[in-house]
Amino acid sequence: MSNNGNGKIKPEMTFWERLYFPEILHGMSITMKALFRPKFTRQYPEERWVPPPVFRGRPVLVVEDETGVERCVACGLCARVCPSLAIQVQAAETELDKERYPVLFEINMLRCIFCGFCEEVCPEEAIIMSKEFELTFADPKDAVFGKDRLLTPRSKLEDRLEFLKQYR
Amino acid sequence: MIAIVALIKIIVVVLVVLGTVAYLVLLERKVSAYMQDRIGPNRVGPKGLFQPFADILKLVLKELIVPENANGFIHALAPVISITVAISALAVIPFGNYIVIGGQKINLMIANVNIGVLYILAMSSLGVYGITLSGWASNSKYSLLGGLRSSAQMISYELSLGLSIIGVLMIDRTLQLDKIVTAQGSGLWNIVYQPIGFLVFITAAFAETNRLPFDLPEAEPELVGGYHTEYSGMRWGLFFLSEYTSMIVSSALIVTLYFGGWSLPFVDYSAMSPNIAAVLQIITFLVKTGIFIFIYMWIRWTLPRFRYDQLMNVGWKIMLPLAILNLVGTGAVLLAVK
Repeated sequence: MSNNGNGKIKPEMTFWERLYFPEILHGMSITMKALFRPKFTRQYPEERWVPPPVFRGRPVLVVEDETGVERCVACGLCARVCPSLAIQVQAAETELDKERYPVLFEINMLRCIFCGFCEEVCPEEAIIMSKEFELTFADPKDAVFGKDRLLTPRSKLEDRLEFLKQYR
Repeated sequence: MIAIVALIKIIVVVLVVLGTVAYLVLLERKVSAYMQDRIGPNRVGPKGLFQPFADILKLVLKELIVPENANGFIHALAPVISITVAISALAVIPFGNYIVIGGQKINLMIANVNIGVLYILAMSSLGVYGITLSGWASNSKYSLLGGLRSSAQMISYELSLGLSIIGVLMIDRTLQLDKIVTAQGSGLWNIVYQPIGFLVFITAAFAETNRLPFDLPEAEPELVGGYHTEYSGMRWGLFFLSEYTSMIVSSALIVTLYFGGWSLPFVDYSAMSPNIAAVLQIITFLVKTGIFIFIYMWIRWTLPRFRYDQLMNVGWKIMLPLAILNLVGTGAVLLAVK
């Protein structure tokens, strides 16, 4: 080791290293080995990735399987907390026990930043980050997801609900 | 008759080489991908084998952009110079001994020039014009820097390239490439006599073809593509083509000068019928050349690019003295043996 003046320590090279050619051959042996290593490529459209429960995909509304009613009580907390103002909720009264339900629930997926604050703030565990991440639109109007596309049966979201129970 | 035969040979060689170049691009992409744990192009056709056609179609259909205030004529001329020079150098490379058709003996090289080595050196040094002119005509700082670097690099490495060949010429006592091959065919390959000369030659050949680790004229990270920054479409394609063609030429030259060309040790071709022998010779030659082309790619994905001062240091302070030492040593040994 020698000090080259600016405080950095520069390792000294051996004679063989300074000859350079043996080192080239060494490097070539490394790249040759790399040629036969297993490849990491996933053939995307055919081979799809299933994200783990920690993954935050697009937010969805949970619907109970038994009753077919969404959990949401239209409190509007998600709309308040949303940093990118992507959520719009309009409440109305209902005969059911929960008394209130959203007539209109819209998430603008062009604004959503997948932060998961809505999920965190929701008192009813009614809005949940799903595993869906392949979102493409041909028209900005298509990017506004209404209740028709947000409502998801609970049976499809068990993973995430279990995860939330454990880690939050 | 001679003219027709020569014409046929030219057409065959040029078509084969250009077809090979298209597939070399695919090979390079595959090799680089595999060395980086990727798969590489595999969508167009079975295993991605039709990728070159897609690439060429894209290049042909792309718009030719000429920058404002560029010298339009020279801008268009530069890639043509590059490709012409690269293909011309193929003319003197022997890819087999001879074939016999209808009692006619046809040499398997386009032109049997008796100063073949000089011709190739001349052609490869003309290649610098294509690059320098393209850099100058583009009216762009990056291109100009690339062109300047290229000219400085070529001048530095041409000397060692020329000097390292002289060792071979002293041993074989000829400038004719097919005679160099026959001289090696009857004895040992020149690599045995000229290991240092070979190392100097292959290094200088890398620099001459602007391949990594000597691709300073294009140096993507610092010069955004260097001399071909301002080129698009098929004009850019011609530069690409000429880079791969000169890679083929220099691989073929390395094989011819140091690895016995189309000959194999311990194989006596004179016992076979000339046409079968010729086929074997061509296969031998292609395989040997292919190995060196693969080494080109292998090195490219192994070594990082030299810094400009390192390039000059290696060129003038190491390669040139080594080449001269090799020359003197060879001369001394030859004199002693005599």
